Amino acid sequence: MAQVTLSNVKKVYAGGVEAVKGVSFDIPDGGFCVLVGPSGCGKSTLLRMVAGLETISHGEVAIGERVVNQIEPADRDIAMVFQNYALYPHMNIYDNMAYGLRNRGTPKDEIDKRVKEAARILAIEPFLERRPRQLSGGQRQRVAMGRAIVRKPQVFLFDEPLSNLDAKLRVQMRVEIKKLQRALGVTSIYVTHDQVEAMTLSDKLVVMNAGQVEQIGLPAEVYRKPASKFVATFIGSPPMNILPGQVDGHGIVALGDALLEARDLREDLPAQTPVEVGLRPEDVEITSEGQAGSLPFDVEFIEELGAAQLFHGKLSGHPFVMQAATGDVAAQEGRLWITVDPDKVHVFDPKTGARLGKG
Amino acid sequence: MVEDRRLGDLIAYIILTIGVLIVAFPVWLTFVASTWDASTVINGEMPLYPGPYFLENYKRILFVGTSSTTREPVIGMMLNSFIMAMAIALGKIFISVLSAYAVVYYRFPFRMAAFWIIFITLMLPVEVRIFPTFKIVSDLNMLDTYQGLAIPLIASATGTLLFRQFFMTIPDELLEASKIDGAGPFKFFKDTLLPLSITTIAALFVIQFIYGWNQYLWPLLVTTKDSMQTIVIAIKKMIVTADALTEWQLAMATAMLAMLPPVFVVIAMQRLFVKGLVETEK
Repeated sequence: MAQVTLSNVKKVYAGGVEAVKGVSFDIPDGGFCVLVGPSGCGKSTLLRMVAGLETISHGEVAIGERVVNQIEPADRDIAMVFQNYALYPHMNIYDNMAYGLRNRGTPKDEIDKRVKEAARILAIEPFLERRPRQLSGGQRQRVAMGRAIVRKPQVFLFDEPLSNLDAKLRVQMRVEIKKLQRALGVTSIYVTHDQVEAMTLSDKLVVMNAGQVEQIGLPAEVYRKPASKFVATFIGSPPMNILPGQVDGHGIVALGDALLEARDLREDLPAQTPVEVGLRPEDVEITSEGQAGSLPFDVEFIEELGAAQLFHGKLSGHPFVMQAATGDVAAQEGRLWITVDPDKVHVFDPKTGARLGKG
Repeated sequence: MVEDRRLGDLIAYIILTIGVLIVAFPVWLTFVASTWDASTVINGEMPLYPGPYFLENYKRILFVGTSSTTREPVIGMMLNSFIMAMAIALGKIFISVLSAYAVVYYRFPFRMAAFWIIFITLMLPVEVRIFPTFKIVSDLNMLDTYQGLAIPLIASATGTLLFRQFFMTIPDELLEASKIDGAGPFKFFKDTLLPLSITTIAALFVIQFIYGWNQYLWPLLVTTKDSMQTIVIAIKKMIVTADALTEWQLAMATAMLAMLPPVFVVIAMQRLFVKGLVETEK
């Protein structure tokens, strides 16, 4: 068990491309940190630098008290789970899990004990004699995790481990990973582009974009108070609506003709400052015409999701999506009047994308 | 529909059978010729069924040899051919698996240059560079030795290319997983790469064994002693005689014997061989 500290870590490739532009954060002992972002944002590179599979161009990575920049992957006391499992195809499941321990000269009976224990935890005992080819995707993923567990490392690294599984299995494995990590209490770093995985697994969420950290925080914090327009639109599904507007006095923004109260709006902004207003589809409530702060929403078509419905349309001339529980609103096209809780109105700087919040 | 398919099958079988007959008939004729005595073969009225001299002919050729041309028993030549073919096949596999490993997995200066230089040698087979190669072998005093027979034929790019292509299909994550599992470069090679390459190695072995066994020009040049000659050369020598009757029954027996080891290798490794060329196991 150990905490992981990254200080100003950079990755510069030959040719000067900066894949990771100076990232600093730490993960407490036993914490579950998820790195999330679109493809090419540098999250995998960052993970691979922690693993030692990529050299660190600048900055420091420390596991526990030890700076590991110059230490071989095998000696960093980490274990990694890969997206395509990376099981050794020619070895049976038992040997796949035992291989790393054998290379370290662990005594035979100790290896046997640990492999059987891991197999029991992951319910893969019946497959120990089989080859990876003979297992399903979910079972292979368990074996890959077993290979990580038997090593009893200080840190688990997960590189999009669930993206090769089908949707149903992904949900199931997600829960299992979380349970397992809690039971073992091993510090973990998990890379994904799936925001649902990111929200559900993490107790520390790091949102990355273009090689930089956009926001670090608890998942609920990131969802409720996105630090930038990028985070706001990346976390949450369907994504947050972004509408152009302007400041209209303290805590008030104007969207076209309509005025909207925004409790978290910074107070030092002069009136008429152009801003971008973010409204989550699920925060929108239906009201009636003439109510204070009500906005006209012209519904163009409706998507049925089962438990919920998505209303697509235009709000003061801009595309807008709203989500409502099935049955709450008559599913019909035409004009609706909507309102949003002033606490749930997000305001961003249109140029930098930064949140224009109080603090 | 059903009738049509039967007709199609029938035609296919007829064509296949004709093909098999065309290929097999000369072999059969060779075999038959090797089981009669010299006069029956030569007088042009040899029957198409085996004669009574099978044991006599084969015993004679294996342990005594022809009376005038090659003078050596064929068993020694088979041994020469076998040693040469094995040395070429195993040597090639050894060198190419190592060079492909270096080219694919190591980042060293002029890596691609090294690869292209290896690649270009595809355009320079022994036949093209035969004089300089002969000169080098003779300067190194390797004429009439197994080294002289095998080493110049070991150096070639085909194996390196085959292994390179195969290694490039192995996912990088396997290497990374090995690194994290504490396996160094040699361990990764031995524990992961080689076991995965078994079928490719088998395929290359079959191809190179037959290639080595069938060598004609090079052994002809570097061997002068009768005790070093290979079986392929012996067959040629047996049938070109200026001042004596060709002992056809013995030459044919030698040809039959020359066919056996490659056939045996193909049959023994057939399953792996086909797998190695067709499917990649990952």
